Amino acid sequence: MEATATYIKRKSNGQITIKSGNKVERVIRWTLILLTLLTVVAFMFFNYAGLDLAKAIPETAYNLKTMFLEPGLSHFSWGEAIYQVGITLGLAFLATILGAVIAFFLALMAATNLSNRWVSKTIRVVVAFIRAVPTVLWVLIFAISAGLGSEAAVLGMLFHSIAYLVKAFSEAFEEVDKGILEALRSTGASWWHIVTHAILPSTFTYLLSWTFLRFEINFSVAVAMGAAAGAGGIGFELFMASGFYFDLREVGLITYMILLLAIILEIISTRLKSRYFPATSTN
Amino acid sequence: MNEKVMRNHRKRQTIIFSIIIIVLTYLSSDITNFNIIHGIATLPEAVKWIFSNLFINGETLERLPKILEKLAETILMSIAATTTATVVSIFLGIMGSKTTGTSTALGMFARFVASIARNIPVVAWALILLLSFGQNSVTGYLALFVGSVGFLTRAFIESIDEASLSAVEALRATGATYFQIVYKAVIPQCLPQMISWILFMIETNIRSATLVGILTGTGIGYSFDLYYKTLNYNAVALVTFSIVLSVIVIELISNHIRKVIL
Amino acid sequence: MSLVKVEKLGKSYNSQTKVLKDISFEVGSGEFVSIIGPSGAGKSTLLRCINRMVEIDEGKVIFDDLDVGSLNKKELRKMRTNIGMIFQHYNLVPRLSVIENVLHGRLGYKTTLQGVFNKFTEAEKEHAFFLLKKLGIEDHAYKRCDQLSGGQQQRVGIARSLIQEPKIVLCDEPIASLDPNASKVIMDYLKSITMELNITCIVNLHQVEIARNYSDRIIGLSKGGIVFDGPSYRLATDNTDEIYGTKTVETRKLVTV
Repeated sequence: MEATATYIKRKSNGQITIKSGNKVERVIRWTLILLTLLTVVAFMFFNYAGLDLAKAIPETAYNLKTMFLEPGLSHFSWGEAIYQVGITLGLAFLATILGAVIAFFLALMAATNLSNRWVSKTIRVVVAFIRAVPTVLWVLIFAISAGLGSEAAVLGMLFHSIAYLVKAFSEAFEEVDKGILEALRSTGASWWHIVTHAILPSTFTYLLSWTFLRFEINFSVAVAMGAAAGAGGIGFELFMASGFYFDLREVGLITYMILLLAIILEIISTRLKSRYFPATSTN
Repeated sequence: MNEKVMRNHRKRQTIIFSIIIIVLTYLSSDITNFNIIHGIATLPEAVKWIFSNLFINGETLERLPKILEKLAETILMSIAATTTATVVSIFLGIMGSKTTGTSTALGMFARFVASIARNIPVVAWALILLLSFGQNSVTGYLALFVGSVGFLTRAFIESIDEASLSAVEALRATGATYFQIVYKAVIPQCLPQMISWILFMIETNIRSATLVGILTGTGIGYSFDLYYKTLNYNAVALVTFSIVLSVIVIELISNHIRKVIL
Repeated sequence: MSLVKVEKLGKSYNSQTKVLKDISFEVGSGEFVSIIGPSGAGKSTLLRCINRMVEIDEGKVIFDDLDVGSLNKKELRKMRTNIGMIFQHYNLVPRLSVIENVLHGRLGYKTTLQGVFNKFTEAEKEHAFFLLKKLGIEDHAYKRCDQLSGGQQQRVGIARSLIQEPKIVLCDEPIASLDPNASKVIMDYLKSITMELNITCIVNLHQVEIARNYSDRIIGLSKGGIVFDGPSYRLATDNTDEIYGTKTVETRKLVTV
């Protein structure tokens, strides 16, 4: 056994190492250590003002029980509730569909195989910037700059939808077979011909499912905008019920409605995903 | 002949599809009072407003230390919510995955919990928790935590399902216990993927934390709301830029980590 | 004395088809046995019934005087530590180092926590290096397994099974994914090491020539039943024809009729 000593690596305490100790392992280890440390620091610096856990936990449990076991409406009717859900869906739909149309053209310019390098880079940088501003800030900024109303909400949500879809669409375009593009170019087809005859037909179903995935996201964003930016819809009703009337049963019913819709949308998008993206490309 | 029928069929499908989209768009505009012409018309004005009001001046820079403190609070809260959610999600993920699940009942339970946690929007959680936890960091933290558990559990279930079963079989044949198999054969295979999801979740949570902060009166969201309501737009600009900068920096770091480990 | 005794073993995955029917044989200590047969004959299932990686439906498997089918979870784990297993696709954890993969063979001897926290003794680690040296891959010990060639990965698989200090090694198509050179290396190692350590070895193969060259005894499997069982030198063309269901069998049957 002594002869093998040349290949054995030992730790400082003389024990034999068994980890390969490559870069990947080191990066993973340091990422985990750093995140753990930051978590500890976070809990130390939390603002615990007015928090009484001994009271808050049983109270929340009681609230949850009331909300989910005795839901009901008191400040508005069922018809009104459904109308408000309609508004939320409408906001989400508008932001998604307008976003998809605009993103389609921007993605053509961002796809490296269809555009020049600088245009593509510029669009990517702009998109990264837009994504970095939280949607709620966009909505609030538009609310003062464009005047309150659904325009502000749609515009604000539109920004993120565009950013998200440009990334997804341009990646789909880039995966189109090079040979097809080359063949069309060699026949003297114009750029628009290539787009309408090669790019669009071969990516259409992808674009559609990505758009639907974004609609699913936009639904919950629309709820959030209603609650935090006064954009109306069921989110606003939720905010009123919990923050203004303190009506737990109504909060419960609204939450159920949102949950139900979100689950339906999720089921549809999961179906689409497994149908059109067999090799999960979720990231 | 056949081709013609198919082409007509496709044409019809396209037309029907377009009509549906147009009708839905019309209905949506109607119900929300959205006027696309008006929307487009206000855009130049909005942009003009943004450029003439949202800039940082020397006076607002004095507020920078305070803003940075709030920003740090928000970032730390997002990280804490993500990491603690990760711990819970790993267990739920192992329970819920077909590869490592031990019983269908537990698997259903894990998927059910994740689905509820994920499909009730974070704002709703924040509003619900706000009622009894009050305006402090813990409320925001818990709202983000619940949302993260929902999302990460689903992501982890997918990652674990993708892990190859061959090493699991080999370890089973050596007489290893269930937890040894999970820890030695399954986790090492999915770890890079999982870390990628954790980083993604942190990025998402920082954005959501701003939103939650507006409601719960904590962190950078509170600062934004405060300056916004007091019409101090220069400070609003500074807050926005500090968020943008931190999100981009964190995104760059995560992308770098992803590049190495994936 | 026999180490493995299979009695009237039967197995079916669904009600229509029986994968194994009425299989009986015994394998003695130190024997090197090949199981040959076309794909779908039930070789893999038979092998996995011995360490109960698949449940036994009918009959019995006795390993080392234990009734494999009736063991509880804990006893089964304990028994499996005595049985090494080698797979067609090596079944290593790709992202871990070679040495970690080899040490996985010791997990059966550990408590859950010892295993999870990598509590391997220095003697075990040295043993792992000793085995890697014996298999000629100790210079790769700290590499990640997915950086090795197929033949090298299979040698890691062999080391993992040997570190269990098993009484028997079950090999499921160990060379089916390898080129002829690597196949020869692997079979040579299997033969020499099992002989040296007096470990019983049962190998699933589909190459008759290799089975004849390396094993003491051959069991021929066809459609879930044993059609040949005897010393390798006794395996004649007639037998292989029957095992693989080649045409000559039918023509001969026609003639006898």
